[in-house]
Amino acid sequence: MNATINGERRELPDGATVAHLLNELNLEKNGIAVAVNERVIRGANFDEHRLQEGDVIEIIRAVAGG
Amino acid sequence: MAPVNGAADAPLKIGKHEFKSRLVVGSGKYSSFDVMQRAHEASGTELVTVAIRRIHLDDASGKTLLDFIDRSRYKILPNTAGCTTAKDAVLTAQLAREALGTDLIKLEVIGDPETLYPDTAETIVAARELVKDGFTVLPYIIDDPTACKRLEEVGCAAVMPLGAPIGSGLGICNPYSLTIIKQRSNVPVIIDAGVGTASDAAIAMELGADAVLMNTGIALAKDAIMMARAMRLAVEAGRLAYLAGRMQKRLYASASSPMSDLIGTTAK
Repeated sequence: MNATINGERRELPDGATVAHLLNELNLEKNGIAVAVNERVIRGANFDEHRLQEGDVIEIIRAVAGG
Repeated sequence: MAPVNGAADAPLKIGKHEFKSRLVVGSGKYSSFDVMQRAHEASGTELVTVAIRRIHLDDASGKTLLDFIDRSRYKILPNTAGCTTAKDAVLTAQLAREALGTDLIKLEVIGDPETLYPDTAETIVAARELVKDGFTVLPYIIDDPTACKRLEEVGCAAVMPLGAPIGSGLGICNPYSLTIIKQRSNVPVIIDAGVGTASDAAIAMELGADAVLMNTGIALAKDAIMMARAMRLAVEAGRLAYLAGRMQKRLYASASSPMSDLIGTTAK
């Protein structure tokens, strides 16, 4: 299936969860947050939240700023 | 309340959070994370702002900002910098809370890219929503007493009027409006943006500001670490001068030494 991650179209395995996605991107859970279709997914739900075709996913972290 | 005869100042309270330091500093524009870390230390701050941005998907490794901020020592104040709508600011705040485990948010909704002045209407809409969602909201706002009052009314834990445009270093451009804001505010007033050097920070505090937030003024000094210490001292000096209560200004001189018993005068 296709999803948009941080503005980029990406191919994901069917049935992938948020946890699968983070694993594939080599991302630690710590210090990041994920929104799917403009809703924040709690870290505790990363394992069970399945991604759907066409999902718009944002993955963020803190960066330097004022 | 003002301390009496040199008694210690009360802590700064923002919602449920308490701070001994009245200087809030940013993490942006430093020449390196190492310099930033040492500047934070020199500033004596207990609250550091960070921005929230997308992760680069193909380069997510390596050290990140949070490796250089000791969270046992500093609380983090994530911002919604760059957002131009209430909707984006609210989602950014919610993501920040999830990523950083804090209810604190510096709400920033920009209305114009050149001046970086806030969009007051969108800021108030976002503030209302974030307060309802349980955030401790610190909004960056124009130095307008009415806008600050509206933000207080929707439940913001502090208001953060600008001293001058973000990153301009122009200092405290309108001390009169900031004085009015402070006089009318029931929540802490933090002067956010515009501070270019130590005297600007002292002026802000002498006006009665509860704290000052700055980033560029420290980060872009030739010696950021030394300027961080200068800002710490200026904020403390300005705060003490405010609490001590300055003398009235007068047009003519008033001698500090006795005018009687001078040599060369005729005894009566």
